[in-house]
This record gives sequence, C-alpha cells and structure tokens, in this order.
Amino acid sequence: MSSAPPLPRWADIGLLPLINLAIALVVSGLVVLAVGEDPIRAIDVMIQGAFFYEGSFGYTLYYTTNFIFTGLAVSVAFHALLFNIGGEGQAYIGGLGAGLVCLALDAVLPGLVLIPLAILAAAAFGAGWAFVPAWLQAYRGSHVVITTIMFNFIAAGVMVSLLAGPLIKRGQSSPTSRGFEESAQLPDMQEVLGFVGIEIGRSPLNLSFVLAIAACVFVWLLIWRTRFGYAVRTLGHSPQAAAYAGIRIPRTIILAMAISGGLAGLMAVNEVLGVQHRLLLNFTAGYGFTGIAVSLMGRNHPIGIVLASLLFGALYQGGSELDLEFQTITRDMLLVIQGLIILFSGALAYMLNPPLARVIASIAHARRPREAPA
Amino acid sequence: MEGRADRIEATGTASGTSAPPAVELRQINKRFGAVQANRDIDLSVDRGSITGIIGENGAGKSTLVSILYGFYTADSGEIRIGGEPVRMAGASDAIEHGIGMVHQHFMLVPTMTVLENVMLGREGGPLLAEGEHATRDRMAELSGAYELDVDPDALVGELPVGIQQRVEILKTLLRGARILILDEPTGVLTPQEADRLFEILEILKRDGVTILLITHKLREIMAATDAVYVMRRGEMVAHRRTSETSQEELARLMVGRDVLFTVGGEPGVPGAPLLAVEGLSHADERGAPRLTDVTFDLRAGEILGIAGVSGNGQTELLDILSGIEPSQSGRISFAGRTFTAAAPSDPSLLRDMGLAHIPEDRQQRGLVLPFTASESSILGYQGGAGAGEGIFLALAAIRQRCEVLMERFDVRPPDPDLRCGGFSGGNQQKMVVARELSAAPKALLVGQPTRGVDIGAIEFIHSQLLAIRDTGCAILLVSVELDEIMSLADRILVMNGGRIVGEVDRSEADANRIGLMMAGIDRATATA
Repeated sequence: MSSAPPLPRWADIGLLPLINLAIALVVSGLVVLAVGEDPIRAIDVMIQGAFFYEGSFGYTLYYTTNFIFTGLAVSVAFHALLFNIGGEGQAYIGGLGAGLVCLALDAVLPGLVLIPLAILAAAAFGAGWAFVPAWLQAYRGSHVVITTIMFNFIAAGVMVSLLAGPLIKRGQSSPTSRGFEESAQLPDMQEVLGFVGIEIGRSPLNLSFVLAIAACVFVWLLIWRTRFGYAVRTLGHSPQAAAYAGIRIPRTIILAMAISGGLAGLMAVNEVLGVQHRLLLNFTAGYGFTGIAVSLMGRNHPIGIVLASLLFGALYQGGSELDLEFQTITRDMLLVIQGLIILFSGALAYMLNPPLARVIASIAHARRPREAPA
Repeated sequence: MEGRADRIEATGTASGTSAPPAVELRQINKRFGAVQANRDIDLSVDRGSITGIIGENGAGKSTLVSILYGFYTADSGEIRIGGEPVRMAGASDAIEHGIGMVHQHFMLVPTMTVLENVMLGREGGPLLAEGEHATRDRMAELSGAYELDVDPDALVGELPVGIQQRVEILKTLLRGARILILDEPTGVLTPQEADRLFEILEILKRDGVTILLITHKLREIMAATDAVYVMRRGEMVAHRRTSETSQEELARLMVGRDVLFTVGGEPGVPGAPLLAVEGLSHADERGAPRLTDVTFDLRAGEILGIAGVSGNGQTELLDILSGIEPSQSGRISFAGRTFTAAAPSDPSLLRDMGLAHIPEDRQQRGLVLPFTASESSILGYQGGAGAGEGIFLALAAIRQRCEVLMERFDVRPPDPDLRCGGFSGGNQQKMVVARELSAAPKALLVGQPTRGVDIGAIEFIHSQLLAIRDTGCAILLVSVELDEIMSLADRILVMNGGRIVGEVDRSEADANRIGLMMAGIDRATATA
C-alpha cells in the first residue's frame, strides 16, 4: 500500500475535526431538507437556542459538564490503550454512591462536609465499578470492551432493583428515591455568581462545572506530568516497551481503569447532586456513550475534550429548541442528527485523514520546490 | 503476466552491452517533508547482472527501491524497464513489469503450506484445485531449473528461515519476475545459508534474471555482485565495477571518510563472576522448549558473546535475564542475589541493582516511537530519582540531560523534542545505548546492537561497549553478526536450538567452525 504522509499536528487537531463536523452538518441539513424544512433556518435556531436565548447558554454548559466527565473518563483509559465502553454504567453506579451518602447522612451532616463526601463516594463507586473489568483484563485477559459493556447492563439492573425496592420513596409507585435535604444540594451557578454580583439566567448549571474544569487540569497533570502518566502512555503506545521498562502492566491497567471509572462516576455529581436532588432511573441518558465520541473528537486531550463537550452540549441544547420550533422536527429526528455528528466526528474521525494529508503535503511541497536537505 | 513468455524471452538473452539496461532510473527525486530522501538518482542495471546498492541506513536505499517497486511515487524523474519508460503506481504495476521483491521481513503466512503461500494472489478461480495443480507444476519446473528445492506441502512456519527465503524467491519467480530486488537478504541467515543464497542468485543470473541486491554488508557486495552503486545522504555518490574496487574504498565512499574495520583492541581483563546462570530451561506458551539447560558465568570486565542464528533461544535468554519474562526453571544469580521461578526478578529491580539492557528491538522495546527523544530517554528509569521528585516528572531536567546525552553520543539531529520515530535507525540505537550506558551499569545485556545501523554508528557503538567493559562492566553480547561477536567478545558461546552448543575463546575463534556450530552440526564433528 502506498502510505500517505503524516498529517501535520495543526491539521489533525484543528482542521480535520472541523471538516468532519461540516460534513455531519451538511448531511444533517439534507435530512432536514428531506422532511421539508429550511436547513439554514434550522441551524440558526440551533445556534440561537444553544447560546443566545435567555438562560440557554447555562443549559449548554450543563450538558457540557456531563460530556467533560465522561469524555475525560474515556480518554484516561485510552491513553493506556484500553477502550472503556462502560462510562454509562460507571456513572450510574457513581450516582448510587453519591445518593447513598446523601440519603444516609443528609439529616445529620452540614453541606460543607456532606457534599465533598458524596462527591468522593461518586468517584469511588464509579472506580469500583470499573475495577472488576480492569482486574479481569489485567489478570485474566478478558477483553475490557466486552466486560465494560456487560457491566453497563448489570449497573442498569442493579439500579432498577434498588430503586424499585429498598430505595423507593415510601408510599409511591414510581421508582425514585426521596428528595435530598437542602444540605445535599450542590449550589446552582446562578446562586454562586449572584453572590458575587453576576446575574445569569435560570438553568440547571451548577458547581459541578467547576469540578469538571478541575478534573481537566487533574487529567492533564496526571497524564503528562506524573510518573504514573508516563507509565500509562508507554503502555498505551507499546506494551513491549512497558514490559522492558519494568512498568507493572496489570497494576497500570487497573489504576488507569479505576481513574477512568472515577471520572465517569463524577458525572453523577452534576445530575444527582446538582440537578435532580434524588436518585432516579436513567439519569445517565447516554452521556456515558457519547463520552466516547467526545474523547475521540477531542483527541484524548483535556482541551480538545472541553471543546468537543461544548459542541455536544450546544447540540443537545440547540437541538431541543429545534424540537420546539419546528412541527416536523421531532425528538427522534434530533437523535438522527446527533447520531450523524457522532458518526462523522467519532467513528469516522480519521476517514478523511489520508486524502487531507496528501493535499496538505502537495501544497507544502509546491510552496518550497527545492531547498537543501535538512 | 504469468511465466511462460518470460522464459522464452530469457533464454534468448545474452548480457550484451548493446541491449538496453533492464532497469534504468533517471534523475529520481523524492522528498519527505524536510528530508530529501533521494536526490537526482541515476541508476542503470544491466540485464542478467547482479548489481548491489550499498549505503548507510538512512542513505535512501529503501526509498529508492520502494519507488522502483511502486510503493512510493517519485516527485520527479523517470523509470525505464528494458528501455521503455513506465509508470509505477503500485506494486501491481511493478509485478506486471516483471519486477519481484524479496523483503527483509518475509511476507509469508506461517500457518499455510508452501504451495498455498506461493499461490496467494494467483488462485485462478473460485475453486482452488486448478490453481493448485498449475502452481505445483510450475513450482517443480522452477525448483528444478534454479535448484530451489522446497517441499510444496511443508508448513512455512516449520521451515528454517533460509528455506522460507527460497519460498519468497519462488513466489516472485512464479509471478513472472525477471528483475529481482532483495532487501538485506542475509540478515537472518547463517554464513552457510548466505553462501547458498548467493549460489542460487548466480544460477538465476545465468538464466538472465537481473538482480538488485540491497545490503549494508561490504563482504556480500564483494562476494556476489558484478557492479555496485554507493549511496550517501540521498545521493548516488559512486558506481564501480566490483572487480575494480575494494571494501576499503566502498566503506570510505559510504561514510565519506576512512573507517576502522576492527575496533577490537586489547582483550578485556575479566574479574569476579557477576552474573551466573545455572540450568536455565524455558518453554513457550505452546509448551515447545525454547531454552534447554543453559549454564554460564559472566565476569566483570569481559564481553561474553552469544553467537547463533536468530531464533535459537537468544531472545528468550535476554528476556529472562532482564526480568521481562519470568523464569520457569533454573537459577540466575546477579550481584549477590539469586532469582528462581519461586523468587522472580523484574526489570525495575534488576535495573536498580545495576543491570542495564540494550534490547534487540529498539523500535518496539528500546524506545517508544511516538514519544519525544527526551521522553524516551527515561524509559526504564521513569521511577528513579533522576526522572523527577515524588509523583511528578522533572521534565525540564530530563530534557536537559537528554540534550547532553545526545551531544555526547553524537545523536543527529540533537533535538530532544523530536519524536523518536523521526530518527534514523542508527541514531535511534545511539539513543538507547546512551540511556543504558549513562546509568553506569555493573552488567549490561546487549541484543543485536548494530542491526540496521550504519557503519559510522556501528564503529561508535562498538567503541562505547569496549570502553565500558574496560571500566569493569560485564557485558553479555547477543548478535547474529558473527563478525561483530568475533571482533568484540572475549569469550564466545554458540547457541543452537535453545542450547549452548559450544564455547570458544577469543584467541581460537574461527568463523568457519563457529558457523558450523551455529548450524547445529555436532561439536565433536565441528572440532574434528
């Protein structure tokens, strides 16, 4: 096979995702056109709805928060060449951890103690849920893709039986827990900013967003600045080099997966402590899976993940405006559009890599036809 | 594209000077990013000749043959086959023009039979029977004509490498190749197997096949070729008739200066045993024995060479000694500690105790190619005090230290921020050597230190190994290059089939005798 020249870094992390996004939007536009609506107007509504309507940007950032956590989770595992498909289940079980702490202690502990405890519980439960597949991968060679997928189902089953059983609010038939006391509720961004004199519109955006940004810094430090991150990246690039370097591979696999699961678990902080203030079914709503696309699109780097999360956040929020604005564009249509973006930006992220690389190489070549070899 | 027409053409061919050259390259240019891999290359190969292309690693030989074989497209220039200008857009074009390539790493499916391998790509229809018959007949014909005896029903994976290479040659001939490119063909062969290969090439040549031999071994050029081209830094710097040149001249042309052939120097002064191996046996995952009862001592201040054809247990031996692979039976004592299957060692522990390791495979093991030079410079020492404080890495200090090492070990370009994959083979190896030697080890395991490394770098690496030996370091040197072992080692062990089949002292080392031992011929007979 004739191999294409490598893509320059700026094109790989900047141009290529933009082109992918553009293709996804064009194809989505065709879908919108097919149901008889004006795609330009639809885009306009989406952008307005994601960024400019009253309080809409808060909603966008609220969705973004979820994607940052699940995207970071996928990226940490990916640096060790592990595909953690279990973000969904880990977030779900993380929510259980946070919820149990709140339900048990919200009457006795003040918020300043309770909330950090609940956050730790979310991370610990998420990490624990990732630990089992990680251990099986590290010591028994069971492929982590298969086991994490299975663990998503198990998590769903566990949550249903708990919420329909021991955790159900007494005297009611829908499977949710009782609401948490005020002390267990994470402050809204509106309150926090209002406290320092900044007015923003009402939205579910809460302090979890700050936690998400902190998690980005944490992941960046962990992967690129610590000995452990070095071990993770070495393992991810070359297991043979890792063995040669005396890196304890099973331990590295387990730790990387546990940190990944912990980050996914933190997603529940946003939903359970920040918005719902109780435990309920399906609060993870597919964010865990979308995290895979976010991580892929963000090239497994925290900055890329924040940008990709913002895109998906805007898409979720702007998409729900579409639903309101157009008769023919339904919720299901939105799923199609989101699916297309995930398809082109995630699954087919590198489809255009070779042709783009050739175009760039030929342009670069034409610019400096002949010079001394380096 | 099948063979029949070619044979008629071939029998009528005499290597007359008036006939157009079989292959002609004119003003070939190829650039990768900032690197001009080939610059204005002219090459002309006479029909029915063996022509060598020699040059250091990174000189552009591989790029040039890749262009000829259609893997790359030249930026400018012309390719002529038999006098006709042609366009090579892919390997299929090359095959159509009668060019066949035997790669350095064989492109064979080990779990298939010879016949199935040879048939790949020319099955002839949805049912295999017909293709099998035709291929079997043609194979018999070719095997007879060129003394390429191979059992068509043997499993390729079970054949010795020398025979596997014959299968590769057969494969190209069966596709009608009249121009054969061999890329570093003797890297995996015993000296005897290499001689056999050259005999086969000679027979092919007599039948009018044109052969292009890419190698970095001067001796092979002298022994096998009619004419030789020398490449240096992407340019064709010389064209000689082999009969009118010498190894010394070619080496000077390749490197651009005079080269010392034997670094050798004084023998080492062995001290106390530092590493003792006793009754080491090892089986692979399928239970096949890879090492059987290996016992030896390695003393401070000596280089102990392990000679052998690749794949005779050397890799396993290095893996176990370095702690990468857990040992199964036997004892290894190093610096006062004894390791067994029940008390295993590991690479970090051994490094802490002063055992450094230059691995056989620098690209998979010795370096992490996507890492920068600076990042790879702490591979294996990432947990040590030199790499940082607490849980964090001291990146600035690592980079600075890497810069100093690159300067001292003459790594080019000396840029710690360049990705490891961007360096040439020789420079990659110098980085590994720099890292391991700078740890000031008590003992050093070395696997194939100069595989795919250019002459200038070989000389440098050899002198570094001798220098550290003279400071009292114990060195275990595993190499398939017998010349290398013979010029460096104080004592030589020969491995065959996972056993140590002989020990030879430096003073009585004899290439022929060691070669026979490497081939597994009984020691008693060999010494007789």
